[in-house]
Amino acid sequence: MSYNPFSLQGKKVLVTGAGSGIGRAIAVAASKMGASIVMVDISKEGLEQTGALLDHPEYQHQQYVVDLTDSEAIGALVESLDGLDGLVNNAGIPNTRPLQMIREEDFDRVVGLNTKAPVLLTNLLYKKKKLNKGASIVFTSSLAGLYTFTPANGLYSLSKSALTSYAKSCAVEFAARGIRSNCVNPSMVNTHLKDSLSFSEEEYQKDIEKYPLRRYAEPEEVANAVIFLLSDAASYITGHTLLVDGGRSLK
Amino acid sequence: MEMKDFIKNLVEQFDEVELEALTPETKFKEFDEFSSLTILSIIAMADDEYGVRLKADDVRQAETVQDLFDTVQSRIQG
Repeated sequence: MSYNPFSLQGKKVLVTGAGSGIGRAIAVAASKMGASIVMVDISKEGLEQTGALLDHPEYQHQQYVVDLTDSEAIGALVESLDGLDGLVNNAGIPNTRPLQMIREEDFDRVVGLNTKAPVLLTNLLYKKKKLNKGASIVFTSSLAGLYTFTPANGLYSLSKSALTSYAKSCAVEFAARGIRSNCVNPSMVNTHLKDSLSFSEEEYQKDIEKYPLRRYAEPEEVANAVIFLLSDAASYITGHTLLVDGGRSLK
Repeated sequence: MEMKDFIKNLVEQFDEVELEALTPETKFKEFDEFSSLTILSIIAMADDEYGVRLKADDVRQAETVQDLFDTVQSRIQG
């Protein structure tokens, strides 16, 4: 094969939230780059749909239906895994409540999935030595809470910006095993998560004007940034925050 | 579901609007302070108080308090 430092040939990569949106695009792109994929999602249907889209079916990609807010389920998942070269902590949910309307259950649900789950999963995989030496960890964080603060997005911003910080802590500690840790920080991406927000078409159009590239990202464009960080092309990059924002943070 | 209680819940989503100012006929979107944040507050209120998941368009399409009340009432389970 010709020279390609971005290849994921021979690597095993776990992707959470692989049943839809950005996670699905990451799983598909990583399989095309030669990785075998461990797909995790709460939706069996979503996993099956993603599974059907993956390249190289001969690699016997795996699917795990897991509720990542259940720490025992995380423990069981970790037990059944081995030899990971890549970990993409991607699963997440939105929340569009104004601050004064945030209930304890909203906090527990959003922070539980967006923040606590990736922290527990990552730590346990490391502790149980399920991540190979030189493995790469990627967190799907967000521009929200770092560069953009929009009304009724406080809880989501909090949950995702914490990951930006945590990715750096992992970079410092896990370097002992040559493991790198980075995050990608997308702005708005054309997924069902975006569609679930309560904006009108007019509000979306107004928002898009804040993007120098004048459009939202496609999931594949975020996935390609993740591929880069997973690959040997990024072998000296750790603790980095990679904005995938069409220039949104510049405005 | 009572209109009186609904109005009480609705008025809490405004800062400058007095309870007496809201009647079933009130065009609530005409208040100066009405914004997209108010819409999200109303959506959260409907979820918390009535277990009803409104979309922003449901609020936008309601002209009067009565319209909004009817939308919420028609979606209450059982």
